[in-house]
Amino acid sequence: MTDSTLERLATSDYKYGFITDIEHDTVPPGLNEAVIRLISAKKQEPDWLLNWRLEAFRHWLTLATPQWARVHYPPIDYQAISYYSAPKQKGEGPKSLDEIDPELRRTYEKLGIPLAEQEILAGVAVDAVFDSVSVATSYKGKLAEKGIIFCSFSEAVHEYPDLVRKYLGTVVPYRDNYYATLNSAVFSDGSFVYIPKGVRCPMELSTYFRINASNTGQFERTLIIADEGAYVSYLEGCTAPQRDENQLHAAVVELITLDDATIKYSTVQNWYPGDAEGKGGIYNFVTKRGMCRGRNSKISWTQVETGSAITWKYPSCILRGENSVGEFYSVALTRDYQQADTGTKMIHIGKNTRSTIVSKGISSGRGQNAYRGLVKILPTAENARNHSQCDSLLMGDQCGAHTFPYIDVQNPSAQVEHEASTSKINEDQIFYCKQRGISTEDAVSLIVNGFCKEVFKELPMEFAVEAQKLIELKLEGSVG
Amino acid sequence: MLEIHNLHVTVEGRDILKGIDLTIQPGETHAIMGPNGSGKSTLANVIAGREGYTVTQGGIRFDGKNLLEMDAETRACEGLFLAFQYPVEIPGVANLYFLKAAVNAVRKYRGESPVDAMDFWELVRERMELVKMDESMLKRSVNEGFSGGEKKRNEIFQMAVLQPRFAVLDETDSGLDIDALKVVADGVNALRSPERGFLVITHYQRLLDYIVPDHVHVLVNGKIARSGGKELAVELEEQGYALYNEEPGRARRVAA
Repeated sequence: MTDSTLERLATSDYKYGFITDIEHDTVPPGLNEAVIRLISAKKQEPDWLLNWRLEAFRHWLTLATPQWARVHYPPIDYQAISYYSAPKQKGEGPKSLDEIDPELRRTYEKLGIPLAEQEILAGVAVDAVFDSVSVATSYKGKLAEKGIIFCSFSEAVHEYPDLVRKYLGTVVPYRDNYYATLNSAVFSDGSFVYIPKGVRCPMELSTYFRINASNTGQFERTLIIADEGAYVSYLEGCTAPQRDENQLHAAVVELITLDDATIKYSTVQNWYPGDAEGKGGIYNFVTKRGMCRGRNSKISWTQVETGSAITWKYPSCILRGENSVGEFYSVALTRDYQQADTGTKMIHIGKNTRSTIVSKGISSGRGQNAYRGLVKILPTAENARNHSQCDSLLMGDQCGAHTFPYIDVQNPSAQVEHEASTSKINEDQIFYCKQRGISTEDAVSLIVNGFCKEVFKELPMEFAVEAQKLIELKLEGSVG
Repeated sequence: MLEIHNLHVTVEGRDILKGIDLTIQPGETHAIMGPNGSGKSTLANVIAGREGYTVTQGGIRFDGKNLLEMDAETRACEGLFLAFQYPVEIPGVANLYFLKAAVNAVRKYRGESPVDAMDFWELVRERMELVKMDESMLKRSVNEGFSGGEKKRNEIFQMAVLQPRFAVLDETDSGLDIDALKVVADGVNALRSPERGFLVITHYQRLLDYIVPDHVHVLVNGKIARSGGKELAVELEEQGYALYNEEPGRARRVAA
């Protein structure tokens, strides 16, 4: 099989590129204190939050765009972006899921995310974020019976201000980095989750992010707190219409686990990647971090990154509690002109903390894929353990895979292992499959899925199936 | 069922096969023997449809159809099987899953629905016994970390499950100890039937003690130098391939 066949296989159309025709309430482009005050006012936020935003904004003005990642793009004009866009509500806001604008409902149906509860995948509660606002959250009542809070971030600010104020910015402070600081200033909505002591969340919680409006950025914030002994599995999916311009998505996710608590956070990211020539697509500049505050607590990140023109994302764990565990499982696929610089940071602070990193990068076309990871063992982290494994798969000869592991060990009792491999899908494997009757396309997805297996098995069942299909779709020559 | 007519093949501009004529009827087992570099594996690969081989003259018909016009997967779906000399590893893909994908690909080609899970499992269990394969091998990734013997056994196991009409065994004996060789040969023999044809490619006569062929052909320098019955294999074992060496000077020396 020739490289050109592989190239053809690696290019297929983006299924979610449609635009929803809906009236938007959009703030004119531009970024200044007045815009931030306007966003805050629209959300009727308390003063402390407005002040937090303004502090972040003032700090952001002193920062420069980070240059260290292995991604290339022209400077972003932050004054050309609109920082708030919401689908216009007809009259009063929807009181229940049944009152949602039918156009919005159809959008989510088209995306395979029905919002009516009886249609929703059994055992998954969904918070749907459309541009800057959350439009629906399902199963709220059922979750409330267990004391679980699952709502939009804006709602949480009003209903649970103490919880929000206690934890907001404790894992990703507003001074953290350029994009996190920008997010802190202008974030519009997102999801909020609180699992009370000893409660095991009975269903998967899920947020579905959709960018629709043009010239807007999406800046959402997710805050998840698992109190002592709690458990929650959280899923996140994302899509955006096909547009010629680049759109900015700069989200912040903060996770907090107290003693014996576990948060499992899974992402299937399929933002519009731009066209075959590299025009358009989402800039996905996201800060995700979890803090294992309590003893024996655990945070596990699983991500399948297939979309976006550029992905700049390092879901990390701060392992502060003794015996706490951090995990990062990642599949990143780049094709055409996509660029991904992704990885994780595992910061070991507590005794006997353990972390596992499994990263699988797939590059095809002219795609560039970089793994960047930091394993840091602080002097306090007696007997810390880390195992990292970074594998790259190349399809064709115009793509690239790069690995940048940083290891900083400050305690001699630590054990840190790093394994890396780079391989090409080879003709022998494809011929072997073909000789057994399996077509080239099926052979490629079989081989790629085999390569990703260690990561896919970490995803909740429905998501694993979706991720596998998504990868197949991305690799197939067929028009979706 | 397989008719090879005046087959000439080049690889990267070099002539490898220089006019092969070979007809195999259903139920027959033919052996091709020959020294290294004589073109044995090229013949196997051309029959299976591997890319990188150019047929410059002649052709191959399979049950009357022009085999060279089909891509490799179509040939497989038509009932052609190649047991690889070097079976390929596919990390992360369970052996059983791979086999099911193959079975279903063939069924789809025939317009049949995907195989019933229970039926498939029964077939697999039965065929595993044929090659004395351990159940744990089903869950392992295709050929990954398999020993040489396990890989070859896995090839015969796949053949037993897929039940092709015609099978080419490309040096299936290489790297096998005598016990593994017997197991593999028993597996092949169990599959011999009046409808099924085999082409057994080997360097050594040893395998043919266990898989007794109907016809033996000696391939030297891209041509069939001699054909005969199973006794030809024994003769070759005693005298070696030097007799067939094309260089006249050297051949004379050996003959003298």
